[in-house]
Amino acid sequence: MGKGPGNDGQFSNPRDLPQGNGDIIHSPVQSGFAAVFQVNPASRTPPRAMSLNRADIENIARLARLELTEAEIPVYVDSLSRIFAFVGELDRAPTAGIEPMAHPLPGLAQRLRADEVSESDRRALYQQNAPKVEAGLYLVPKVIE
Amino acid sequence: MSAPAPTVAALSAGLAKREFSSVELTRAYLERMASAQPLLNAFITQTAESALAAAAAADAARAAGRAGALTGVPIAHKDIFCTEGVRTTCGSKMLADFVSPYDATVVSGLRAAGTVMLGKLNMDEFAMGSSNETSFFGPVRNPWSTDMVPGGSSGGSAAAVAARIAPAATATDTGGSIRQPAALCGVTGIKPTYGRCSRYGMIAFASSLDQAGLITVSAEDAALLLGPMSGFDPRDSTSVESAVPDYTRTLGDSLQGLTIGLVTEFFDKGLDAACEQRIRDAIEVYEKLGAKVREVSCPNLPLSVPTYYVVAPAECSSNLARFDGVRFGHRCDSPKNLTDLYCRSRGEGFGAEVKRRIMTGTYVLSAGYYDAYYLRAQRVRQLISADFAKAFTECDLLLGPTSPTPAFRIGAKCDDPITMYLNDIYTIGANLAGLPGMSIPCGFVEGLPVGLQIIGPHFSEARMLNAAHRYQQETDWHLRVPAAFA
Repeated sequence: MGKGPGNDGQFSNPRDLPQGNGDIIHSPVQSGFAAVFQVNPASRTPPRAMSLNRADIENIARLARLELTEAEIPVYVDSLSRIFAFVGELDRAPTAGIEPMAHPLPGLAQRLRADEVSESDRRALYQQNAPKVEAGLYLVPKVIE
Repeated sequence: MSAPAPTVAALSAGLAKREFSSVELTRAYLERMASAQPLLNAFITQTAESALAAAAAADAARAAGRAGALTGVPIAHKDIFCTEGVRTTCGSKMLADFVSPYDATVVSGLRAAGTVMLGKLNMDEFAMGSSNETSFFGPVRNPWSTDMVPGGSSGGSAAAVAARIAPAATATDTGGSIRQPAALCGVTGIKPTYGRCSRYGMIAFASSLDQAGLITVSAEDAALLLGPMSGFDPRDSTSVESAVPDYTRTLGDSLQGLTIGLVTEFFDKGLDAACEQRIRDAIEVYEKLGAKVREVSCPNLPLSVPTYYVVAPAECSSNLARFDGVRFGHRCDSPKNLTDLYCRSRGEGFGAEVKRRIMTGTYVLSAGYYDAYYLRAQRVRQLISADFAKAFTECDLLLGPTSPTPAFRIGAKCDDPITMYLNDIYTIGANLAGLPGMSIPCGFVEGLPVGLQIIGPHFSEARMLNAAHRYQQETDWHLRVPAAFA
């Protein structure tokens, strides 16, 4: 399975799954649960009998930025396979022509607020919870060599 | 103060009549809390010192003639609610040392009403669980039998109220996390309509499903506490601008002519036969109170668990992306580079179930899989909501079981996530449709409590509380206290 940019996230069982590049694409203008993910037009039929393998789990964990231990991998191979087989039941729902639900309350949408400063500067207080700060800055390992 | 402790309503009356002070009352609960902690593990953080200070302030307010119904009443908060200056862990190693710089709106509302915070209650990690076994701080035990789970995710809230070590507790419900533990511990739980209580400062799990609520001894207590924690909040973009009624005013209304729907799909073969009998007995009580009963069908409801296990993990994976080891929360030792910092901080800071849900959600949202999973699940969600909407054209409230079985043994369902997920089979539908739901005690099976679920139309909390209160005037299941804590 390739790890380089461009073929990120190719899952190993293309026979069972729609094709996609596997990357999560966030729209920059929306956030929260209403964040819109780009829908890949290549996705066609829903997956059926699911069986994920070790490479799939490693790839999902990499996308989710989770380091797994050697012992955890087989546990997630098994349980995620079972979860996807279970949610595969949704295939039999009569969803043709049904609008996806966008808000739990009928007729309501996310409210927007005016783009103006509403909060005071509480950086020093907030940084008390930060693992590593210096001169008011959050420290991370060097990104550019 | 003698044990078992009474209801919030009785405590409020006692404080008003100066039978005891808030300091005396708070001290009595702090003692009960500390002595029960080794048995139940219901609390993550006990805040005795600040509780006594708040109680003294409440007594001073009362002396100055500035007391409301809840002034000086001790309560406890689920550790998912941010509390200024107090550790807020969400049951996770990730936030084990997080001290919140601000209060959740629910917390500030209840504080403004005069309540006194006893401490922060144990819960499943990030509210992901149905048994309180996923907490980094260890499982909570069921006060009715300490070998049993209390349910989850608000297991600490339910156990604390059941053992009367807190008169009432806040809780949250994403797929049943208030109602299922309330049922398993024999207490009253209410999950209000989506948008009724602000989510500001309530650590997010699945933002289109999460809702704050209460676990109390009685429906009357829930009616007293729900007002101050409800209402529009500009800090929550999904908070609803709708007036909050006085929930106590209609508690005693007659149920004559109320139409109760029994959802056919709730009485399936998965429901324990003895539990079903307790539910049928409760329905008879409602008939005696003048309610009409009819059967309704919600054919898509059996798909609610698979729908939930696409929608909730998807939202979870987005929400929990904020835990990066940089701004707050656990950070790994000596990271090699930025990616290593993210991956190891998250891998070490999150527990097994949280990681399982983040990965499930990451997968269903990855490009190419979105249509097949997330969009499809949101379509099924629409079908489930439509089923409920149709049912509510034929009846005023729905009644049924909260949970398919009474409490199960600690460890019994840990090996198979699907078996654990199916505990919420009767509760998840209300979350998917944004509907309010309650669970009230309706009897026992082999010494373990059984819960009756009430589901109402959007913003029908007053009607649900009325129906629950009238039932509780006819029965005393909600006043039973486990022998070890009586």
